[in-house]
Amino acid sequence: MFARAVFALAAAAIAPAAIAQGSTADEIAKYRAALREGNPAELWQARGEALWREKRGPKHVTLEGCDLGLGPGIVKGAYAQLPRYFADADRVMDLETRLVWCMVKLQGYTESDAKRNVFGSGNDKKSDLEALTAYITSESRGVPMKVPLSHAKEMEAYRVGEKLFFFRGGTHDFACATCHGEEGKRIRLQDLPNLMTAEGAQKAYTTWPAYRVSQGELRTFEWRLYDCFRQQRFPELAFGSEAAIALTMYLARNANGAPYDGPAIKR
Amino acid sequence: MSDPMKIRASLVGDSTEVKVLMSHEMETGQRKDAQGQTIPAWFIQNVVVTHNGKTVLAAQWGTAVAKNPFLSFKFKGGAKGDKVTISWTDNRGDKRTDEAVIA
Amino acid sequence: MIDRRRRTVLQSGGSATLLGLLAATGWLKPGEARAEAWNKGAFDSHSMPDAMKALGGTDSVVPSKDIVFFQTPEIAENGAVVPIGITSNIPKTESIAILIEKNPNLLAAVFDLPGGTEPTVSTRVKMAQTSNIYALVKADGKYYVATKEVKVTLGGCGG
Repeated sequence: MFARAVFALAAAAIAPAAIAQGSTADEIAKYRAALREGNPAELWQARGEALWREKRGPKHVTLEGCDLGLGPGIVKGAYAQLPRYFADADRVMDLETRLVWCMVKLQGYTESDAKRNVFGSGNDKKSDLEALTAYITSESRGVPMKVPLSHAKEMEAYRVGEKLFFFRGGTHDFACATCHGEEGKRIRLQDLPNLMTAEGAQKAYTTWPAYRVSQGELRTFEWRLYDCFRQQRFPELAFGSEAAIALTMYLARNANGAPYDGPAIKR
Repeated sequence: MSDPMKIRASLVGDSTEVKVLMSHEMETGQRKDAQGQTIPAWFIQNVVVTHNGKTVLAAQWGTAVAKNPFLSFKFKGGAKGDKVTISWTDNRGDKRTDEAVIA
Repeated sequence: MIDRRRRTVLQSGGSATLLGLLAATGWLKPGEARAEAWNKGAFDSHSMPDAMKALGGTDSVVPSKDIVFFQTPEIAENGAVVPIGITSNIPKTESIAILIEKNPNLLAAVFDLPGGTEPTVSTRVKMAQTSNIYALVKADGKYYVATKEVKVTLGGCGG
């Protein structure tokens, strides 16, 4: 708040014609509010629900037997408790790795087939995982985040995620914390959430997946991390990797308590 | 084959409010692909909405309508259970018709 | 006649003269088959003079305070999706059109509103850059317009 006020004064001094930072933020908030209705994410949700119920793969079976942590086929509220440890896989999984697991175990896909086109592009290269994620997450809308931290592997994932959050690397010596570890940071007109505070973490995490206007696609949290790594000039973050799951665990757990609010819509 | 439209038709006072989300690339014909080739324009040109056989909206669209278009409007009348039908035609000649029941 | 208008258009930017030249017919008359006709000339227009010619009409266009933008932000974070809501309080409104001044193609959409349909539409458009949006209303055979500038922080046409 203070940083914004200072910037507004500075801007006013340097460029009298410039909009003060505060009112710009208000106008952008209006833009975001106007977009909430008729969110194209609903199109992915509908396709995802159809995929969930469709008999597919070599075993010609639906995904309705998939256990997302609350029991086989229970979708409502499942995303609010992910990532979590799964005994049958003996590892911590986020939603997307769990979906791949179910596609392999229940439907008979190979892992590479299940992971084909993880990030969709246009009408010809649609991503089943993005659609399924949109559907499953929509069934947690309004449910308070309740990521567990009881199993030893869950705690380890959280610790690794935290370390990764502060790990400086790449050509620019960036860490996640470089952009997301302080109040009042901004890239051009984009306010960067401070993920170190509960409020910042909650607002950020509970609004993914989101229909990303600039992509024209529904993008998931795996994509968000992948794209952050790309922008930091880090090596590519592999889909469903230990690193991706650990970072997701750290950020999702920090969002605990807040009602999940996705799929959302972002610029 | 395009994805189905998401249509919501609801009574607001003595009017029916229609909100529809369509699945369409709405390609402008301005973009180039990785090889530098222009991606051809592909977009919805006509939208017709009918209620009980009567046209309640007819629209002509150009490439400046956003991808995955959203449209909202209201017409007088309509009763719960009535059908509202929405059709679009694009510049490739593809068509799609979906309907919803007024709630 | 056309040359004089063209010069005036090129000089006047957002002035009343420009608005006066924004003539519009080209909407279908009642009874014509609505569904399949598409005014190619109008939609292919790259400039105000071209759009005017294609939309036909010689009536002048009157700026009107009875055309209201709603849920239309001052700033769009991304020009690929800009919400535009327009309500016309002018009696006997027949159509509402959206034109975007600085887009490669000026005309974005035309909505024909038969009797019984309320004169209000809400949709989303792409804007290449910060630009004036014109809401052009045909009511009882006459044309009216309202203008709103929307700032765009990231253009939305070229990807």
